[in-house]
Amino acid sequence: MKVVKHPRLATAATFATAVLGATALSALPTTAFAWEPTKSVEFVVPAGTGGGADQMARMIQGVIQKNNLMKQPIVVVNKSGGAGAEGFLDIKGSKGEEHKIIITLSNLFTTPLATGVPFSYKDMTPVAMLALDNFVLWVNTASPYQSAKEFIDAVKTAGPNKYKMGGTGSKQEDQIITVGIDATAGTKFTYIPYKGGGDVAAQLVGNHVNSSVNNPIEAVSQWRAGALRPLCVFDDERIPLKEPIAGTQSWNDIPTCKESGLDVTYTMLRGIMMPAGVSKDVVDYYVDLFQKVRETPEWKDFMEKGAFNTTFMTGDDYTKWLASADEQHRKLMTDAGLAKK
Amino acid sequence: MEALGSLIQGFGVVADPMNIVYMFIGITLGVLIGVLPGLGGANGVAILLPLTFGMSPTSAIIMLSCIYWGALFGGAITSVLFNIPGEPWSVATTFDGHPMAQKGHAGEALTTAFTSSFFGAFFAVIVITFLAPVIAAFALQFGPAEFFAVQMLTFCSFVGMGSDSPFKVLCAMMLGFALAAVGIDTVTGELRMTFGSVELLRGFDFLIAVIGLFGIGEILLTMEEGLAFRGKSARISATVVWRTWKQLPKYWVTAMRGSIVGCWMGITPGGATPASFMSYGLAKRFSRNGSKFGTGEMEGVVAPETAAHAAGTSALLPMLTLGIPGSPTAAVLLGGLLIWGLQPGPLLFVEQADFVWGLIASMYLGNIAGLIVVLTTVPLFAAILRIPFSIIAPVIVVICAVGAYTVHNAFFDVVLMLVFGVLGYIFKKLSYPLAPLVLALVLGDMAEGSFRQAMLVSQGDLAIFWSNYLVGGIITLALFMLFWPVISTFIRRKSGTTGGTEAVAAK
Repeated sequence: MKVVKHPRLATAATFATAVLGATALSALPTTAFAWEPTKSVEFVVPAGTGGGADQMARMIQGVIQKNNLMKQPIVVVNKSGGAGAEGFLDIKGSKGEEHKIIITLSNLFTTPLATGVPFSYKDMTPVAMLALDNFVLWVNTASPYQSAKEFIDAVKTAGPNKYKMGGTGSKQEDQIITVGIDATAGTKFTYIPYKGGGDVAAQLVGNHVNSSVNNPIEAVSQWRAGALRPLCVFDDERIPLKEPIAGTQSWNDIPTCKESGLDVTYTMLRGIMMPAGVSKDVVDYYVDLFQKVRETPEWKDFMEKGAFNTTFMTGDDYTKWLASADEQHRKLMTDAGLAKK
Repeated sequence: MEALGSLIQGFGVVADPMNIVYMFIGITLGVLIGVLPGLGGANGVAILLPLTFGMSPTSAIIMLSCIYWGALFGGAITSVLFNIPGEPWSVATTFDGHPMAQKGHAGEALTTAFTSSFFGAFFAVIVITFLAPVIAAFALQFGPAEFFAVQMLTFCSFVGMGSDSPFKVLCAMMLGFALAAVGIDTVTGELRMTFGSVELLRGFDFLIAVIGLFGIGEILLTMEEGLAFRGKSARISATVVWRTWKQLPKYWVTAMRGSIVGCWMGITPGGATPASFMSYGLAKRFSRNGSKFGTGEMEGVVAPETAAHAAGTSALLPMLTLGIPGSPTAAVLLGGLLIWGLQPGPLLFVEQADFVWGLIASMYLGNIAGLIVVLTTVPLFAAILRIPFSIIAPVIVVICAVGAYTVHNAFFDVVLMLVFGVLGYIFKKLSYPLAPLVLALVLGDMAEGSFRQAMLVSQGDLAIFWSNYLVGGIITLALFMLFWPVISTFIRRKSGTTGGTEAVAAK
């Protein structure tokens, strides 16, 4: 798809102008840029509507429109085919296209390994890391396990394939964490893939699986309702949010898995990439745009609700991070036999 | 009657004049989205979602959910008039809705569809109002095995019937399964049957297949028949609504059954499309006029429409209480909730009572508003059929093409739609049924996924399908439905012979 000219978009845009006319009055002063978009920017989501990446993209779209951060409209387009391969191939094939950006999730690394579809972060220009999504080990509150250690010991004692881990998708982040646990702790979970994080949380509440590694936002409401119990978080450090969430407990009260004797760390990239072959001015424009997005109260609120790791990276740091993450995924998936031969 | 008090409070929230305005804007946009095939409720809501960030969450969800109601209503319009389902859940509506229009009863068919939709939705809203906590707990009972059982029940209630040759039904269904298997396999995460093609990564979307098979296929057939316009005799009068309403009460059994099937499918969550198929299948089997289904029976419109709308409405319940979207549109609304800072889950009803009850109240008012909007347009839409076919046909083809393109923003899908159109034409010429193909295409993926998840859980043991009363009950019911034709013949013969002997004995 080249030019975004479509009746529904036109209607949406007209409607946007009408509705947002009032809010646009609070426009921020805009600085001069070496480059600025001259037509609408296509924001590709390599996942279906309603998922975590889609939510974030639409949230960003809303923030940009509401605060008038860009003169041209930004249009979210889902290209979810082949576990996101469709979206990434689109970016790979749009070399030099300045009006197209993509939001990534771990499928930037996992999809090429699992399906053999040829693309990598090297085929694109890294723009910025917006945040890292956390993962938490959850069990049902009806189960007796109070710590990650107790739980992992029980899984080990029970023997292979007795405990079921529910997760989102196959050969993607949730399964990678699961095989990571298996490799580190010597357990053997049966991994059951579901369509979405909400399904997984509900399946755990209904006792159809024994545990999950849901993102905070996917399971927080069940935690607060007393149905699920967090055991540990798969980040290097505890989540810094100390405000009580469930009863007296805060995100900060959940130990890291490493502290609990389970040495597995994993976070998921929420970042922005764009096609290769664009000038530095273009990348700088988008970096500046996302910096502005990050400063809005809406974004801060969203980060807090989802207990994200709010690390922001651009330029070489980001490229280095991508290279090491790519290597980590390749190793984990090859060792676990999840990579396509 | 705590719920009643909260509901009245909810009406207070909705009664705000701005909210009423948003409601009507939402309904009107929704009807338009519903009319355009391809531009589904999920897409429509997703596009408009960022616009609502400036509103209060309650106003925003009222408008967005009204778009959803509007799309549910609007989907029936093109199904009836042109045999093109505007939305996936209106496929089953074409089976009898379009033949009614061809006989010159387009107005009646539309009125029936809209009224049934309204009935189904209203039934579901009442269920949500009073039974929300109970139902939410029930939905948690559903694991992979239970999901597969429900999907199997849908298949079995729809197959195992009909006058088509079993061989042809099987062929059509297998083709549907094969098409559904193309693309990413959700259980192994690998690609299947894409042959290295980037376009095939998406798989065969149900909507594109349906637009082609039904819409384009129908146009090809009509062209062959010398552009004869079969809806010409439609006489439009303002009283058509009233006349139709007088006939509807006699189908109350079908409407109730459709609503119950719909609620069940929406909550579990199976979705509106399977619900409409299941309801149509059940109605055909248990109705006295079952054999006439497919030739323009009003009952054949009532059944799928009540179920689809009941399912579409009740799908919001698992979304609110569990965070599981019961339909693609519900998934987008769920995203909206999170962006507005509302966490769906068991506590939403307690902590955000204003929001939840405002939404539920807007379901009542939104559906009434929707019914009024669409009913006033019945004569208008029916009048479209008076336009000569040679003029309207190109317009339909354009709308179909735009619709097919919109689904994934891909031109390849337009080509695919034309291929499906030719396939649909060939199917009709050789009298192969289209419905089993469509059903397999929409359900094949889901059923396969659930089955393999269940097999992972049980480590390959089929006994999991009889492991508790719930799943065992549904599976047994499904098998009973599948073999119903054999069973009913057996019963008839048996009662026939016993009747005979009794008569002899009485002598």
